[in-house]
Amino acid sequence: MGATTDARVDEWRRYVQRRAAIAASDVDEMEAHLRDQVDDLVAVGLDEDEAFLVAVKRLGNVDALSQEFAREHADRLWKQHVASSPADGERAPEFGVVLLLGVLAALAVRVGIAVLSDQTVVGNAPLLVLPFLGGYFAWKRRVSVTVALTGLVAVAALAVVLNAYPFDGFKGTHVLALVHAPVLLWCLVGVAYGGGRWRSRRRRMDFVRFTGEWVIYYALLALGGMALTGLTAAAFVALGLEPDAALAEWIVPMGAAGAVLVAAWLVEAKQSIIENMAPVLTRVFTPLTVVLLVALFVGLVGGGDLSAVDRQLLMVMDLVLVLVVGLVLYAVSARDPLAPPGWFDRLQLLLVVCALAVDAVVLVAMVVRIADAGLTANKVAALGLNLVLLVNLLRSLQLSTAFVRGRRPFDALERWQTGYLPVYAAWAAVVVIALPPLFHWA
Amino acid sequence: MHIDKDLVAASATPLVLAILGEGDSYGYAILKRIRELSGGHLSWTDGMLYPLLHRLERQGLVTASWDTVEGRKRKHYALTAAGGDALAERRQQWQVVAEALDRVWRDVVPPATAGGMA
Repeated sequence: MGATTDARVDEWRRYVQRRAAIAASDVDEMEAHLRDQVDDLVAVGLDEDEAFLVAVKRLGNVDALSQEFAREHADRLWKQHVASSPADGERAPEFGVVLLLGVLAALAVRVGIAVLSDQTVVGNAPLLVLPFLGGYFAWKRRVSVTVALTGLVAVAALAVVLNAYPFDGFKGTHVLALVHAPVLLWCLVGVAYGGGRWRSRRRRMDFVRFTGEWVIYYALLALGGMALTGLTAAAFVALGLEPDAALAEWIVPMGAAGAVLVAAWLVEAKQSIIENMAPVLTRVFTPLTVVLLVALFVGLVGGGDLSAVDRQLLMVMDLVLVLVVGLVLYAVSARDPLAPPGWFDRLQLLLVVCALAVDAVVLVAMVVRIADAGLTANKVAALGLNLVLLVNLLRSLQLSTAFVRGRRPFDALERWQTGYLPVYAAWAAVVVIALPPLFHWA
Repeated sequence: MHIDKDLVAASATPLVLAILGEGDSYGYAILKRIRELSGGHLSWTDGMLYPLLHRLERQGLVTASWDTVEGRKRKHYALTAAGGDALAERRQQWQVVAEALDRVWRDVVPPATAGGMA
């Protein structure tokens, strides 16, 4: 093959490689194809220039090709699937909508502070803010009227349950319901995020990715906000003015509400998964969590008094399992499903095994205690969440073992994780809706 | 003869699986084999084969490996056991479709042949 063809192939490579959805290895694969094709065409009598042109044309339009690659390799360009907006010339600029919704969310919280008791505002804060986030995605993905109305009805129903149930004070089942309600609201946001197509695995995974990035952006905004309000407060105090009331009732709650929308917009504005932070943190914290779990196991079996195991330990264990499931989920969300099993997959397997071992000890101790002392709403909630996470981890263990041994593709684990997401929502719904009446609102 | 786009798309996966069932192969050779098998009637934009192969790889139906032949890096694909099962299943499905079409067409005399015979 001549030097001109080599130069042209290089030029073609550079052109194709600019597409984020097409990886360097894909370009390698197609280059071999291109060169094979040129050879064959030259063999039947074309000159090299003609052969190259024909071969490139047969390979196909690069835009269409890039779209096809993006469809298969969602992980490379996750935003593209949900953000497929054609020419939206007459739509309001996105940032304007975000700003408006952010201000509305902040005002909703402010009005809440003005008319409701402190406890009620804190309990209802997600209800006051998250519908605006859902509204942003409903607008951006142009969800159908049915989906939008269903979402609104669900939010209204949740508001009624949380506020009209005859709870016996701000404790027990009431606190449980308030803690679990944001999970349901977040799932509704997820439905809007996926444009109403909540059954799609791919959209669920995109929402998981979004959630991870959103948490990180929100934390960064919160840090910046705290530094700024701290400085402002210090300046006012130095001037002899008392800024506490303004901060507690206006600036902090309204800023926290508005930041929910701004963080979402920042995540949306990002380009590709390369910039994602959650998977990076996952890689850092997976080994550290393994160490933590081993220490916990040694503490439990060696030094700890298992008869003193109480609900609090079970709740802490639940949080540890949430962390482990989160680490597994975020590792899955960023993994190239085609890559062969590596050290990180084995480490993750070890993480799951450790978590299961620790949880087994805690669970046994808890079941003994419950047999002695009977069930309370808190114990049911803690135990139920534990079981929900346990089932996820047991199956994850089975699937990752099969993957590491080369018996199953990685896809199976991803499928399991995305398929399991509605279970969390279902469990949260049980705690919010069914648990209070079952335990007589205590 | 132009073959409908949907039909080409529907037959792509079973064809690729079946060709890999004949033995390991790589992208360009698979496309050549498809042209050969269909007498050149069945062909699609060459590049589109690759995302399809990657999907089969992700689903665990094929495995891939790189090797270099005469300085040219090539990605070879081979059918896995799961791929073999998928192929058998697809084959049964297509056979049902083909037989049904065959039966219904046996009774209807094709227009062109009918004109020639009369």
